[in-house]
Amino acid sequence: MITTSAPAETERVVPRPRRRQRGRLARALSYAILITGSVLFLAPLVWQLTTSLKTSPDTIRFPPVLISTPPAWENYPALFERFPFWQYAWNSTMVTSLVIIGTVLSSSLAAYGFARLRMPGRDAIFLMLLSTLMLPGLVLTIPQFVLFQRLQWINTYFPLVVPSFFGSAFSIFLMRQFFLTLPRELEDAAKIDGAGYGRIYAQIALPLAWPAILAVALYTFVGTWNDFITPLIYLSEKELFTLPVALRFLQGGMRSRPEHHLLMAASTLAILPCVLVFLVAQRWFIQGTVVSGVKG
Amino acid sequence: MATTVSAGRAARRGLSLSQREAVACALFIAPAVIGFIAFAAVPLGISAWLSLTDYNLAGWPDFVGFANYQNLLADELFWQAVRVSLTYAAFVVPLWMINSLGLALVMNQPLRGVSVFRTIYYLPAMLSGVAISMLWIWLFNSRSGLINAGLQLVGVDGPNWLGSADWALTALIIMSQWSVGWYLPIWLGGLQGIPTELYEAAEIDGAGWWRKLVNVTLPMLSPVILYNLVMNVIWAGQLFTEPLVMTGGGPEFSTLSYVLYTYNNAFQYFKMGHAAAMAWMLFLVTMLLTALVFRSSPLWVHYEAERRGT
Repeated sequence: MITTSAPAETERVVPRPRRRQRGRLARALSYAILITGSVLFLAPLVWQLTTSLKTSPDTIRFPPVLISTPPAWENYPALFERFPFWQYAWNSTMVTSLVIIGTVLSSSLAAYGFARLRMPGRDAIFLMLLSTLMLPGLVLTIPQFVLFQRLQWINTYFPLVVPSFFGSAFSIFLMRQFFLTLPRELEDAAKIDGAGYGRIYAQIALPLAWPAILAVALYTFVGTWNDFITPLIYLSEKELFTLPVALRFLQGGMRSRPEHHLLMAASTLAILPCVLVFLVAQRWFIQGTVVSGVKG
Repeated sequence: MATTVSAGRAARRGLSLSQREAVACALFIAPAVIGFIAFAAVPLGISAWLSLTDYNLAGWPDFVGFANYQNLLADELFWQAVRVSLTYAAFVVPLWMINSLGLALVMNQPLRGVSVFRTIYYLPAMLSGVAISMLWIWLFNSRSGLINAGLQLVGVDGPNWLGSADWALTALIIMSQWSVGWYLPIWLGGLQGIPTELYEAAEIDGAGWWRKLVNVTLPMLSPVILYNLVMNVIWAGQLFTEPLVMTGGGPEFSTLSYVLYTYNNAFQYFKMGHAAAMAWMLFLVTMLLTALVFRSSPLWVHYEAERRGT
């Protein structure tokens, strides 16, 4: 706070306090908006978690109770008895890990080529790749299904995983932006030591690019973990289901008499990895959004 | 020294330095280019062809010309799906823009704890899909859902959201605003790029916050506004998982979005030709949008020059 001397006060009696008051009012209003909004934004997640710890009668009580006393921890074992959660979680983990590996590998290679190596026609090719971002997913989903069906890839993880090993336009774009910012001298020094392009990429560029790699890995994780349409189309054998498809199956099976406490237990567990990863790594998420957004 | 060493090597293989670099570049981008051809270019061609055929996944597609397009234009459900997606976009896009920009403006002040708020608003944007749709089914539950319980506390009888043809789409529109935080970092990045001198100059001219917003902030943000607008429209047009999981497109087709109807054509009725035709029509509309972006390129050029200058 600025302490104003008495003469100054008397000189500008009218404008100063009014302005300061207005500033205080604006600040109070801002906090009021932000806090109200936060309550609204967090309420669904809190409700999800507390519902998962309620007994069945408590879920439909009015006025609503926040949580059963004691919390119904037994809902989770009850869920596992009816729903092989861990198997689906394992399937999701496997698919997601492979897709992350594939995306990071292929996209970082391509991004490095597009950013640091010169070739006639390179930028035209890059623009062509980038243009696929504008394609509605459906235009490709339908013919890809026809293609993969002919390859007998239905009820395998190939359609979910294989394309990721051939780059994703968004990830290439994000990493290319990053590689462009690296100073040329790094590579020149390595060339003096006689390193080939492969070694420069693997030993110099890639280790430096870890913030971009992390951002790509995080986005790929969230996108693949939550992906619904791809596994829905390609997987019909229950043992192969990833979590989203399995959840949908669980929910569909309870449509006539839903047990909300169990459904919320399942959905809480399903989003938990995303929440944790986000809380730990939100800095890189935000960086990624800004890079892709502002420069897109 | 360096050049002699690598030049010597290159000479041994009979390639100049720049040729060697070009070969390396080609190898680096090869997987992505193969992927582009196999998973984008070829499928795009196939889907264009499929849209002119009758194909139910068994046997071989029969060429039927533009019959699929004609059938669709005469199909009441097709127009219903167009209407649903347009209505959804017409509400969701302005709401997203206004809410996210409003939040960003509030957060772009020197307030304590802003990073906590940023986390809270950004988190739901990271969560999507089936688990979240299940959560919102429960929130919209007509008897025991949190939303109607809240309304009851202030004396309002909430509607049977997802079970009513009048309210189901409204429910999806309300739900969409939960992910408004996605745009916050983009807005904040744009806001922080505005030079403070502009505000100081405006203040000297006696401008209040509204004049500063209209005359400084919005014009300076215009490229970001344009980008967010285009992304919003594309996103709104992708509405699929929520209606599939939450309402199945009902009641009375009130939430049958364009993408959901396309999916139904392809994987419920196995009318691949119809589905491909729908996908292509969506593609053409998206192309029109892209053209719109290019027509506004003067804004972008101005923006890039600004950025490079700093």
